[in-house]
Amino acid sequence: MNFPFLSALTWFPVFGGVLVMCLGDRRATQARWLALCIAVITLMASVPLYLGFDTHSAALQFNEQLAWIPGLHSTYHLGVDGISLPLILLTTFSTILVLIAGWTRIEKRPAQYVAAFLIMEGLMIGVFAAADALLFYVFWEAMLLPMFIIIGVWGGARRVYATLKFFLYTFLGSVLMLVALIYLYLKSGSYDLAALVQLPLGLQQQTLIFLAFFAAFAVKVPMVPVHTWLPDAHVEAPTGGSVILAAIMLKMGGYGFLRFSLPITPDASRELAWLVIGLSLVAVVYIGLVALVQRDMKKLIAYSSIAHMGFVTLGCFLAFSIVAATGHALGATLALSGAMVQMISHGLVSGALFLCVGVLYDRMHTRDIAAYGGVVNTMPIFSAFMVLFGMANAGLPGTSGFVGEFMVVLAAFHANFWFALVAGMTLILGAAYTLWLIKRVVFGAVANDQVAALSDVNGREFFVLAVSAVAVLALGIYPRPLTELMEPTLRHLLSLMMISKL
Amino acid sequence: MNIFATPDLLLALPEVVLLAATCFILLLDACLSDARRQVSYLLSLLTLLVTAVFTAALPDGSHIGFSGLFVVDGVAKLLKLVTCGAVAAVFLYSKDYLIQRGLLKGEYFVLVLFATLGIFVMASARSLLTLYMGIELLALSQYTLVAFDRDSPVAAESAMKYFVLGAIASGLLLYGISILYGVSGTFDLAQLTLQFHSGAAHQVGLLFGLAFLLAGIAFKFGAVPFHMWVPDVYEGAPTSVTMFLSAAPKLAYFALAFRVLAEGLGGALDAWQPMLILLVVLSLAVGNVVAVAQTNLKRMLAYSTISNVGFILLGFLAGTPFGYRAALFYTISYVLMAMGSFAMIILLARRGFEADRIDDFKGLAHRSPWFAWMMLFLMMSTAGVPPFVGFFAKLYVVQAVLDIGLTWLAVVAVLFSVIGAFYYLRVIKVMFFDAPSESALLVASPAFKFLLSANALAALVLGVLNSNLAETIAKALP
Repeated sequence: MNFPFLSALTWFPVFGGVLVMCLGDRRATQARWLALCIAVITLMASVPLYLGFDTHSAALQFNEQLAWIPGLHSTYHLGVDGISLPLILLTTFSTILVLIAGWTRIEKRPAQYVAAFLIMEGLMIGVFAAADALLFYVFWEAMLLPMFIIIGVWGGARRVYATLKFFLYTFLGSVLMLVALIYLYLKSGSYDLAALVQLPLGLQQQTLIFLAFFAAFAVKVPMVPVHTWLPDAHVEAPTGGSVILAAIMLKMGGYGFLRFSLPITPDASRELAWLVIGLSLVAVVYIGLVALVQRDMKKLIAYSSIAHMGFVTLGCFLAFSIVAATGHALGATLALSGAMVQMISHGLVSGALFLCVGVLYDRMHTRDIAAYGGVVNTMPIFSAFMVLFGMANAGLPGTSGFVGEFMVVLAAFHANFWFALVAGMTLILGAAYTLWLIKRVVFGAVANDQVAALSDVNGREFFVLAVSAVAVLALGIYPRPLTELMEPTLRHLLSLMMISKL
Repeated sequence: MNIFATPDLLLALPEVVLLAATCFILLLDACLSDARRQVSYLLSLLTLLVTAVFTAALPDGSHIGFSGLFVVDGVAKLLKLVTCGAVAAVFLYSKDYLIQRGLLKGEYFVLVLFATLGIFVMASARSLLTLYMGIELLALSQYTLVAFDRDSPVAAESAMKYFVLGAIASGLLLYGISILYGVSGTFDLAQLTLQFHSGAAHQVGLLFGLAFLLAGIAFKFGAVPFHMWVPDVYEGAPTSVTMFLSAAPKLAYFALAFRVLAEGLGGALDAWQPMLILLVVLSLAVGNVVAVAQTNLKRMLAYSTISNVGFILLGFLAGTPFGYRAALFYTISYVLMAMGSFAMIILLARRGFEADRIDDFKGLAHRSPWFAWMMLFLMMSTAGVPPFVGFFAKLYVVQAVLDIGLTWLAVVAVLFSVIGAFYYLRVIKVMFFDAPSESALLVASPAFKFLLSANALAALVLGVLNSNLAETIAKALP
């Protein structure tokens, strides 16, 4: 395995995107096809990554290490483990869907649109593959730029406000993380993640570093109370932007917790777990209620994303109280696996829901729930998909949404009955806002002439939704390949979390 | 002692060549008709090239000449070479701009070359007197350059303001130097180092002199609270002059701060560090916050300069070799980015239209996607977003500060850089998200376009390959 798969996965889409941009907007069709080819090749290149991955090992695999900044002891070090590999696969998968979904819909500067998504793809894979903290940070920040452009150029009416808010919120969180990373570098003499994980730190140092990390990751997840950028960004972003935002970018927050906060500052994480758990439960319940009253479909799904991501952070930090309560690691691994499954599942489900909204928006040019009603009468196939994704969002058994939520709630019982009870509220709230959305949009009598004139999905839309549906069902029915993939890594992570650095 | 021994003159060969060539251009230009003014331009470029070659040919290591007044060392060589490049770029960028406005006069080139000579002298100064000579040569050339468009009332006003305030600053500096001389009895930086070894920070005379010196340095840099001249001068001067002011002299001021504070008064770190902290925090705060309110791009870049100066001094105040290297890295990358930003203004400008409002960049992505991307690179680099060079510059200075335990200062600095990101993003916003308010094509010579593209792409390439620049600096500043 000498072929540098990770570098290829990172740089091929980036340079491909630049190439597509050079083609220019006048040759839009060629640009789209070229972009799709690049994305498909990237997806195919990620398959050997999955096949060649040793699921019994927790170590970083497919390592690549080159000198980068010797003066700072920072290297170009890439590698994947059971946490990053599923997320990379999710990225390569989602990008193709996004490109196909936006095929004819984007008329304004189409080449730049697809190019932006390709560049995003490469940078996001870079974030997940980086095994060097500085390299990670470079990808992490560089990623903001294409998204800033995507929302700002192809977004809705208030796109400028939304995209500035998105950029500044995330930038604010990230710079604090940068200070923490530099501090860690000065202590350990290396930016390599493995070295940072080994670095002994006092509790006060850990607490400050944890808070700096928290600023970066909580904004990205996003957690209450720094979530307000997300509804704006989602609502104003074009469909493809919303999908990538929901499916991948939010995951970076969860990934950051797993990759940085928990192993580097285990003691502070334990001390401050109450904070994260509390905020997660607030997200689950309060944001669930907020989602209930939304009138805009995208906003509703955006709030539902926040609530679902609350499960991810809950699962990550429950591990401490589970071990404290039960004394063994079984439940804790369950919580971490639940968080990971929830991330992947949410990526698929919320991405698909945004695609559904995109399908409706392309026809009616409104996201207002009140403008719809009885869509099933004119768009039966589409409605079947939307109901399926709605059910997955509500956590119906058999869909991927169920697996993650169930694992986390189950794990929560190990920790504390009340945690489990509050977290379980999502089953009610999630069902309530999703099903009510479905009821108002899909079912009932045909609401108006516009709905009566709707035509069902075309082949392209059908393909995108069908592929998402297959993924959602496959993960719901048989999640084992995914859980097997990440189990050794999560066990290893748990052992790191449990060893005090004090 | 024969103070004009040949070995000494050899050390100053670049300066000698520069001076001789500049005087020659001055004389020759007087005999040229307006139609043949290009000759001065080409000769000026040639002068810079020859000077750079002679600079590069200087011996390695540290060599002292002219009875200790003059030194050639790694940092001096590096600063001089970068200066040559920056000034040559200024000439290339501004030729068409000057022709369009009927300002292509030999004096422009001669004044910039004299200013360059001032920078050279400062870079090689080993005595407070040499330093002061360089400062005045640079400053007087700059005052005149600002007023170069003599029919423009705004330019005259800014030049007047710059001159009066600059004279006060020179006075402060000179006063500080004289007090220091009074306390120590020497102008020689090496002697000062010996006299004020560590622990000297409590000598009242030294503190007194130091305060004046720092005020002078801060004024030259444009650090708050000595920044009042910066926005007015930047806005009032012709853009090609602003470009020069914002770029190459920063290298000289780095030399000024480095020679005086690091080399001469390094032992008094405890005394000047708190003063610099104050300057840094104020510069970051005022520069970034006030820049948000600007609608004129040149004024915005002026406030951006103020905040960037805050970052340069941030690396400086660490007082460690790494900190000085970080500050130099920051200075060089800032010179690169500032020149590119002003070149963008020149690119959009034409006769009777200065393109210096942010709104003039509206819809640039429609008119010229390529240069909109170039401007995006420059703005993002200045904002400190990776993978551009501006990010690594900030990384190095923040690391320098964290290294000496001033965590709070690092946090303050990065938080202000977030505010800073806002106004750079606003430029990107008008370029990419707004509809163009005019559709005029961008006219510029291929050389200009090539240079500007190279300049902006350098911000990206130097970012990714920043270790090359960092190593060059580390060699120059061990």
